[in-house]
Amino acid sequence: MSALDHKLLRDLWRIKGQAGAIALVVAVGVLLLVMMSGMISSLEETRRTYYERYRLADVFAPVVRAPQKVLDRIAEIPGVDAVEGRIQGKALVEVAGQAISVRAQVVSLPPWREARLNGVYLANGRMPQPGRTEEVLLLKSFAQAHGLTLGDRLSATMHGARRQFRIVGIAQAPEFLFTIAPGEVVPDNARFAVLWMNQDALEAAFDLKGAFNEVLLSLERGARPEPVLAAVDSVLDRFGGLGTYALADQFSNRFLSEEIRGLRTTSAAVPPIFMAVAAFLLYIVVSRMVQAEREQIGLIKAFGYTDWEVSLHYFKLVVSIALFGAALGSAGGVWAGRALAGVYQSIYHFPFLVFRVEPSSFVSGVSVSVLAAMAGGLLVLRKVFALTPAVAMRPPAPADFSRSGALNARLKRWLDQPSRMVLRRVLRNPGRIVGAVIGIGAGMGLSSAQMSVMSGFNDALDQTFAVIDRSDVSVTFFEQMPEKTVFALRQLPGVIEVEPTRAVGAVLRHATQSYRGGVTGLVSGARLSRAVDADQADISMPDSGIVLARALADILKVEPGDNVTVEVLEGRRPVLEVPVARIADTLLGAPAFMKMDALNRAMNEPGRISGAYLRVDSEQYPALFAALRDVPSVAGVTRKSDARAALKKLMDTGAGTMRFIMAAIAGVITFGIVYNSARISFGEQARDLASLRVMGFTRGEAAFILLGELAIVVILAVPLGVAIGYGLSFLVAAGFSTDLYQIPTTFRPTAYGWAGVAVVVATVLSGWLVKREINKVDLVATLKTRE
Amino acid sequence: MARENVPDGQTTFATRGLTKVYGSGPAAVHALRGVDLEIPKGEIVVLLGPSGSGKSTLLNIIGGLDRATEGEAFFEDRNLSQMNDRELTLYRRDHVGFVFQFYNLMPSLTARENVELVTEIAENPMDVERALRLVGLGERMDHFPAQMSGGEQQRVAIARAVAKNPTVLFCDEPTGALDSQTGRAVLHVINDVNRELGATVMIVTHAAATAQMAHRVIHFADGAIRAVVENETRVSPDEIAW
Repeated sequence: MSALDHKLLRDLWRIKGQAGAIALVVAVGVLLLVMMSGMISSLEETRRTYYERYRLADVFAPVVRAPQKVLDRIAEIPGVDAVEGRIQGKALVEVAGQAISVRAQVVSLPPWREARLNGVYLANGRMPQPGRTEEVLLLKSFAQAHGLTLGDRLSATMHGARRQFRIVGIAQAPEFLFTIAPGEVVPDNARFAVLWMNQDALEAAFDLKGAFNEVLLSLERGARPEPVLAAVDSVLDRFGGLGTYALADQFSNRFLSEEIRGLRTTSAAVPPIFMAVAAFLLYIVVSRMVQAEREQIGLIKAFGYTDWEVSLHYFKLVVSIALFGAALGSAGGVWAGRALAGVYQSIYHFPFLVFRVEPSSFVSGVSVSVLAAMAGGLLVLRKVFALTPAVAMRPPAPADFSRSGALNARLKRWLDQPSRMVLRRVLRNPGRIVGAVIGIGAGMGLSSAQMSVMSGFNDALDQTFAVIDRSDVSVTFFEQMPEKTVFALRQLPGVIEVEPTRAVGAVLRHATQSYRGGVTGLVSGARLSRAVDADQADISMPDSGIVLARALADILKVEPGDNVTVEVLEGRRPVLEVPVARIADTLLGAPAFMKMDALNRAMNEPGRISGAYLRVDSEQYPALFAALRDVPSVAGVTRKSDARAALKKLMDTGAGTMRFIMAAIAGVITFGIVYNSARISFGEQARDLASLRVMGFTRGEAAFILLGELAIVVILAVPLGVAIGYGLSFLVAAGFSTDLYQIPTTFRPTAYGWAGVAVVVATVLSGWLVKREINKVDLVATLKTRE
Repeated sequence: MARENVPDGQTTFATRGLTKVYGSGPAAVHALRGVDLEIPKGEIVVLLGPSGSGKSTLLNIIGGLDRATEGEAFFEDRNLSQMNDRELTLYRRDHVGFVFQFYNLMPSLTARENVELVTEIAENPMDVERALRLVGLGERMDHFPAQMSGGEQQRVAIARAVAKNPTVLFCDEPTGALDSQTGRAVLHVINDVNRELGATVMIVTHAAATAQMAHRVIHFADGAIRAVVENETRVSPDEIAW
């Protein structure tokens, strides 16, 4: 090892505090990069293999009832590779010990063969035997949530008839990666089941002998889905086609895609901030080092080392710090990625989710950090080159303040000398001050945006569950019921108030945009479930026209006054052209509202309801649920508190974990910058501070001069942080919003206040760490040496 | 403390058995080995001796920058050895002026402001412009250190040290970084300060010639006083041969 390399190692050890702080900033950037790009590629790769291995369809075509022979016609459509017909429908499952019946989807399995499309991954047990109509496969996540295992029995109500089933297998399927009960807005493993059973069992239950109600298609490689969708629609039209859609619009897949998109946005936006901060810190730390070591540099050059050799020495220092940070970050990224994969696997029902980082992620993590370090280092190297041995070995002239030091007379009148020193230093190094201000502002902005979004989500919950939906329980029916059902519901135990609603499945279109969702009819003067505007005021339903949730309006790209096409997928399946009357600030789901009477008129089904919202005496819950269980027309009962808890859990585990990580590591930036700035400031002023102490200034007075600069940086950085945070919160909120939930972006003073407090705490802590150095300064030694 | 140990009113400093040891065990360095000394008020005292003889250590202890390992040091009737950090800071603030080899000016303050830095916190400061005129820098008050020569910077440092009307002025190698002509001018200023303000001046140097301007010369070697010589006739700084 060369002598210079020995110096390198000792230098690193000497500045270990600062080097560590910088390496930490690099590490966090690399950690995020590795974790998120790893997570993205793991999710995409796992999804791809899972879909491929279990032959997930490319196109889904629900239909009311079509005979088997139609499948042959569909198979002839150009671009279609394989076709499968199946029966699927709704059911209500009774689970022992559960007060409320659970909504379920039932799916048929073809007899004597494997399904050509939408295969099932059997986690445990076996497939139902042909002819055994009581044997079922149960969705793994639901089985786990209720502790159900092979051999257990459960009863399910389908089409008004209750039947007993026996679990022979526990299964997962790529079409149910992310599950949510129809009509619900919140996924909850315990409250949604999928049952697979033999086709003949479902043919009997749904009265579909020799027919099917869903076609699955796979496309030939390279075939475009749009023409196929149109062709399938035209074939199925006379059988009651309910709107063909592509995999991209399939609920589970769409949700996962949204999640990946959110990850991608964050991974592109956040790590570069850390890298820029690290480059800046390396620049100021190493340029300070070069300044302090000018005599040594001069000496080394005088010995005959070339500019390049000397530069390389400092370059190695910079790169070592970056490499150390990158190594730490890569290891941390894999560790954090594994933890995150666990979180994802609890939300998305993958049979396997191996967190695997592409080697390219490491390569880009390491090269980005080295490049950032080099960018910081290159600026310093100019200074090394500029030093000639003769100049370097002379004591430096006092720093020249004559140009930046001009303070006008009025300012001078109320500034004492220590304040002038602080101010002149700030004016002399505007670049460094601006860099530190921007860096801290970015760190604070990042954390305040995250916190603002987190509290935004809590507001969303409060608004949805306390303001928009004031009901305690909601009930849906298998099919539409007469309005007088309201009176029957009111007779049930504990029911205080009943508000009927009518919901229909529909595809909404505007120009080339479309959304597969539904329309909810609200009674006029609705009190329990409402549509509200931005000020949380009721939106009264217009006699004609439709009210769209903002998320839906954004998807369809419409504004009030535009017309949307509503293709209803139920009843006589009318196609409506309706004007958008208002935009509702609904945060959960992407609903569309109409006046219930108007919707029923359009459906040509006056006086029908599909569900109701209830206000209930909470002491009577058990009696109410028992009574509802005996009403065969009830397709589902939701207790609002369950839905809220499920949503909270979902947010806290997945996106919530992410946001928490982001907020915590944003603190690293602030501390890294503030601590390094304080150290540098101390290094440059150690002699001045010792002189002041000798002249009779107290430690506190000396600290004022040292920390005054820091205070100015922080005072400037905090408002900037608020501005950056506010801007960033739109990006973060948009990145995490999906059509399942929207996160509102509003200015939340508390979030910014807390982020500001965090910056101040980081400042005080760094200030304290550095002020201890003032106490340790050897006054005599400092004065006897020239800088 | 026995009263008879306390010096009378005519003495600025008195030390009794002043000892300073750096480090411990076999690596211990005895910088001062029991120094007894009295410095009368108003004198110019030059401490002479080779590097490491202990003269700077003595200056640092009686200047309130360092503490003795053993023994006592008095400033007038106050025992410096018993002062805490805060009291030493106030002692330096109110009574002591320092001039150092490398000037130690604040680069971010002009000459005038460097002096004001001290007058703002001193009990009984003199007018800033008077202090600067005293060192012959009346014209260059608004220049920054970077715009001044070494001699000018040292004169600002002296103005800064005397502007508080110090009881004592400590100069540690004040001409060490200066050429002979500038050095002479600086010594001249120090001489004037002593004459006009009546401050006791203590100069540490290994330029033996400086001793000619002193009232009293203390010779140091190996951490102890070898000799104290009172000059019968003092030489003006202008006539000192370098």
